[in-house]
Amino acid sequence: MAKYLFLKHYRGAPSPVNDVPMAQWKPDEVEAHIRYMNDFAARLESSGEFIDAQALSPDGVWVHYDGEGRPPVTDGPFAETKDLIAGWMVIDVDSYERAIELAGELSAAPGAGGEPIHEWLEVRPFLAAPPTVTQ
Amino acid sequence: MNDVELRELVPRVLSVLVCRGADFATAEDAVQEALIRALSAWGDELPADPAGWLITVAWRAFVDMTRSDAARRDRELRVDTEPPAGAIPSADDTLRLYFLCAHPDMSPTSAVALTLRAVGGLTTRQIARAYLVPEPTMAQRISRAKRMVSRAGVDRPGDVRTVMRVLYLVFNEGYSGDVDLAAEAIRLTRQLAALVDNPEVHGLLALMLLHHARRRSRNQSDGSIVPLADQDRSQWDTGLIAEGIDIAQAALARDQLGEYQAQAAIAALHADAPHVEETDWRQIVEWYDELLRFADTPIVRLNRAVAVGEAAGAPTGLAALAEVDDDVPRREAVAAYLHEKNGDLELAARLYANAARNAPNLAERDHQTRQAARLNQHLQHHR
Repeated sequence: MAKYLFLKHYRGAPSPVNDVPMAQWKPDEVEAHIRYMNDFAARLESSGEFIDAQALSPDGVWVHYDGEGRPPVTDGPFAETKDLIAGWMVIDVDSYERAIELAGELSAAPGAGGEPIHEWLEVRPFLAAPPTVTQ
Repeated sequence: MNDVELRELVPRVLSVLVCRGADFATAEDAVQEALIRALSAWGDELPADPAGWLITVAWRAFVDMTRSDAARRDRELRVDTEPPAGAIPSADDTLRLYFLCAHPDMSPTSAVALTLRAVGGLTTRQIARAYLVPEPTMAQRISRAKRMVSRAGVDRPGDVRTVMRVLYLVFNEGYSGDVDLAAEAIRLTRQLAALVDNPEVHGLLALMLLHHARRRSRNQSDGSIVPLADQDRSQWDTGLIAEGIDIAQAALARDQLGEYQAQAAIAALHADAPHVEETDWRQIVEWYDELLRFADTPIVRLNRAVAVGEAAGAPTGLAALAEVDDDVPRREAVAAYLHEKNGDLELAARLYANAARNAPNLAERDHQTRQAARLNQHLQHHR
């Protein structure tokens, strides 16, 4: 019973084996990829392990506080930053091993030529509530 | 009759249906249906025999479910509206229900969810909220677990060990959402202790009561951790402590020691000290040595090192810590504490900062960060 976050990156992850930009895939390869992702989420739902999945727009900005009475300062977009998050999936599983196994399956989503992308996914454990028994 | 008293009846009602030949999965749905109807039907006036009422309504719901199921599958199937006579469940049948829900083929996550629903009578929504999981996900988890029980459970249910592990997991999850999981774990463990004569079950119950007694003092109102030494002991629930100690002593007197009894003995020694200075650390170390015989885990060795440090001084505690693997969670926090006690403040401050970075939960991270900040400020002032 532990929650994990799978992070997909637009940029910042190491290059995958099957590294072809999605716009250059054949239409049926795109379809196959989307179907794989949907099926994967549906499978996790039926195994009782799915929590959430969201995709993010790449168009973000930096914001910071600029002092009393002033509007926040914005800067961006992120053209120069190394790391860009594309989206995430949150799962609730019995073990770390299970989280790694599922991330491996998600990374096998098909890309160009119908071959697995081998995309690098970042797996991060949630900080949970403290246990009752500690001594 | 309140919600808890109503749910007390659940295992018996479900046992009756299963005894009458209902399949486990459908029977469990039918019992939940009967609970929902009871909540609206019993508003002003309780039936003379609440359990009998629930059994009748649940059986009818079961028959309806089976019929509509049969109709859906377009199959001829006749189910008697009147339940077969006889079939009165014994304590063993209720116990069997616990065993089924902690089936050894089931993952701990599934066993926890199914136990809370089928034995505890909680709704899927309540369980989902308690574990911060979407309701459809929890519904799937429970229905998969029920299918497994229906498939495999009957000839090879779990045993009291697996049930205790499940209840311990529920207890240790603590409190989140609108269901008090710790209280629910205690209630179910009490029920189990009444059904089965096993000193380890009593040890587990005592352990839970003794920890539960300290819950008010364990955190500040903002959720931050108060270490055992700093807790306001006047807030401890002396009634629960007395009960926990009685149960633990009675279990220990039977001379069949196990890991839960040993843990209860340690908790009892903490609970028994009016001030932290009066803690009998020497005896606590002896109980950790006993505990190691049943559960030689890195976590037990880590906690033992803390007790050794209190009983025999920081250098001896650090020597005990040296035998604990480096990658055990919370090891840096213990090392920081013992080094501070030993007067090595610079090292302790660094270790607290590392412990914060590697803490397994937010409350502990904040706690270790405060410790690091406290020591670093002290070091700056005395430089």
